[in-house]
Amino acid sequence: MSITPSPTRDEQCESLRNAVIRFAGHSQDGIQSIGAFLAQLAGTTAQDVMTYMTIPSTISGGPSIFQVHLGSGKVLHPGDEADTLVAFYQDSYDNHLKSLRDGGICFYDSDNVEEVKDERGIIHIGVPFTTATIEAIGGTAKSRGKNLFVLGVLCSVYQLDREKLFAIVAKKFGGKSEDILRNAQLAFDAGAAWPVHDIEHMPFVPGENSAEKRLSTDGNTMLSLGLIAGGCRFGAGYPITPWSTIMEMLRVELPKYGGMFIQVEDELAAVSMAIGAAYSGHLAITGSSGPGLSLKSEAIGYATMAELPLIVCNIQRGGPSTGLPTSVEQSDLLQAIYGSHGDSPRVVLAPRDVEDCFYTAIEACRIAREYSTPVIILSDQAIATRIEAFEEPDLEKHWREPTLDLNERGADFKPYPLDAITQHSAPGSRSSEGKYPVVTGLEHDEWGHPSANPKMHADMTAKRRNKLVKLANSLPSPDFYGDEQGELLFVGWGSTYGPIKEATDRLRAEGHKVGSLHLRHVHPLRNGLDQIFDHYTHILVPEMNDEGPYGHGQLATLLRSVTCNPAIQSVNKVEGITFRVRELISAAEKLMAQG
Amino acid sequence: MSEPAAAPERLTKKMLKADHPTWCPGCGDFAVLASFFNVVQKLGIPHEKIVCVAGIGCSSRFPYFVNTHGIHFIHGRAVPLATGISLSRPDLHVFVFGGDGDGYSIGGNHLNHAARKNVNLSYVIMDNFVYGLTKNQTSPTTPIGRKSKTDPRGAIDQPINPMSQLVASGATFIARTHAAQVKHMNEMFERAILHPGFAVVETLSECTMFYPGAFDDGNPRKGGKFDLVDEKTQDMESNLAALELAELEAPGKFGVFLEKQRPTKNEGERAWIADAQAKAADLSEKDLLRQRFAAMR
Repeated sequence: MSITPSPTRDEQCESLRNAVIRFAGHSQDGIQSIGAFLAQLAGTTAQDVMTYMTIPSTISGGPSIFQVHLGSGKVLHPGDEADTLVAFYQDSYDNHLKSLRDGGICFYDSDNVEEVKDERGIIHIGVPFTTATIEAIGGTAKSRGKNLFVLGVLCSVYQLDREKLFAIVAKKFGGKSEDILRNAQLAFDAGAAWPVHDIEHMPFVPGENSAEKRLSTDGNTMLSLGLIAGGCRFGAGYPITPWSTIMEMLRVELPKYGGMFIQVEDELAAVSMAIGAAYSGHLAITGSSGPGLSLKSEAIGYATMAELPLIVCNIQRGGPSTGLPTSVEQSDLLQAIYGSHGDSPRVVLAPRDVEDCFYTAIEACRIAREYSTPVIILSDQAIATRIEAFEEPDLEKHWREPTLDLNERGADFKPYPLDAITQHSAPGSRSSEGKYPVVTGLEHDEWGHPSANPKMHADMTAKRRNKLVKLANSLPSPDFYGDEQGELLFVGWGSTYGPIKEATDRLRAEGHKVGSLHLRHVHPLRNGLDQIFDHYTHILVPEMNDEGPYGHGQLATLLRSVTCNPAIQSVNKVEGITFRVRELISAAEKLMAQG
Repeated sequence: MSEPAAAPERLTKKMLKADHPTWCPGCGDFAVLASFFNVVQKLGIPHEKIVCVAGIGCSSRFPYFVNTHGIHFIHGRAVPLATGISLSRPDLHVFVFGGDGDGYSIGGNHLNHAARKNVNLSYVIMDNFVYGLTKNQTSPTTPIGRKSKTDPRGAIDQPINPMSQLVASGATFIARTHAAQVKHMNEMFERAILHPGFAVVETLSECTMFYPGAFDDGNPRKGGKFDLVDEKTQDMESNLAALELAELEAPGKFGVFLEKQRPTKNEGERAWIADAQAKAADLSEKDLLRQRFAAMR
């Protein structure tokens, strides 16, 4: 065990506002659980939290990390570099030591890891996680439970609320046998009592979040619950990572609300079944990840043509093809907006963080219903799997009752009126005239009869397009932050929100005039973006997709075509991981240096 | 998922007729349409509760020719779409119409899964052994040796045997009929509609344009033999017995090959809902969600 005093050590010994802890091990070690326990604790103690994880695309085994960023104020990103590294194996240690900041602390399992000398002032603390856990639990115990031992160690180092933390652990193991709970307690207590004399304890300053009810959970959970609050009661899907947890959750939750979620034979059946439920008068949802969205494209085009409300979630991952199934990317934007045959307008929304998944889902439900159109929600692997803490949604304000309109339709009813937005007559609705409509994917007249009349196709195409124009006219101002004019405006969508906001803050603190705009409604875009852009010398669009042959990311391409503004530039990243704040800062500084 | 009031009126053919079919003169599908009108009138199904679903193909134009709620969907996906209707709206009577290309080729996988799930709906497959709408390509049921635009030397691929496929997939009602045998077709449709669960009627329906005479061997008026399944001696619940019927040489037998009771997907899902709602007791939906939030604190 070696201790090298570091320049920042004194600051650490006082009290902390932020700590980034990275756990590096293998996927069966339960490191996700430790991370999740800490995240949940943060939620209950008014601290803020954001996590970040990588999981190998295997059933069990393979390197895996979980990073927790705990903060007393608002935490916007999972942390550029770690303050503390917990390494379970030699490969975890070798691969992740570089993610630790200079002078950071490295806890390692001295049963498995050979320490390497370095010049960065890192404080190395070897603890025999494996043997200490076996000793603590006793009997024939193997090393299972060493994650809880580690949790105990951290609890004591960071002076966390021990009682609350173990209560969270106990809740998780509550349903299992008493033996398991007892062993968990033994491992946790042994960790908490382990003498780590080489560093001072580092208590957190109290959290600043005053909200009475705070939740800590991941994005897929909030998206699922948002769909329920928005009035979705029917869904169908096929397993694919990282979408699957939404279908698992809805499968269990929807029956409580009188609805159902059906696991089906393939992606085509999933979207078809959801369209069947939508045609029946329900608000229905299907979803997938990138490749699955491609498979659903034909039917989404149908929903546009037939003008049926449909919600399609796409939890993006690295592509194309099977690509990086467990990593993050934002490369499905243009697929979501344009991915179909023919002119097939649809709405595309993107949540910016875990909390926003809930509200974006409700907004998707509203738009799908009001405009009788498919709406795609573009989330991504990072938002889907990471844990954040935030205020519990106020259901009195946001709940939308599911409706099934089976009222009789009168003589004036037409399924496809040219002068109004389609609202279908669901089967079961009587017709006073005895004439029943056919909902169709053939081009049709106002009554739904097939029509190849050239003017009719032009008029109906305009009818479908004008829904999006109407929506664009009604959209609120996008989320704006920072200086309203100046050197540079960041424009982002989806999970880049946190790093962009933090980069804006830091650049402004350095004296730059910088603003940021975050788009939830990615398609159609709100009117007037061009006027906003005119107030800045540079427009920088950070995206986790490729710059393509023309040098611009997918949103940047869209914004350039909409605003014709040559100041729009891209900063792209396709490494399967989210932007670091410093990467955005340096891209912005480079651009601003051009004047 | 409420239950609207039932229709008081009695359906007539006039009420059920919509656009005049675009089919070629002499097409077998006209008889199928007439038979469908007969059966829904006889069964007295409320007008607004009838839903006609179809994919793509000549026979899949069916919904335009019936004045009921209808949905004309994409190629091959009528069955999963109809499943969505059937599961989410148990008050409706869901009918799927389509051909051999739609049902056995591009949509072939869905047939297996609707059968194994035993979704409550009736599926009439108008099998003409050829792609008609696209003008004479080999279909999944085209016999070996039959010439088409895509097999000018004669088909070389083994055709699908839909009857044995349906047995293997777990279908609970499988029948086979001939569009030239109206009385028999009426009976098969009626029994299919009354069957609780997934009911398929394979209906040989001649394409007079591209494959005239395809089913003459099953038509006594054309010198063929319309040989019926003897339900007195046939074990109607036996998969093995049904497979034996399915493996007979053309023209084979006509009638119900298999008819058995098994819980439907609809019942299974409803039972889950009932259980889940009983556990939720008197909580409102909003409070249920609040309870879920509380577990995340």
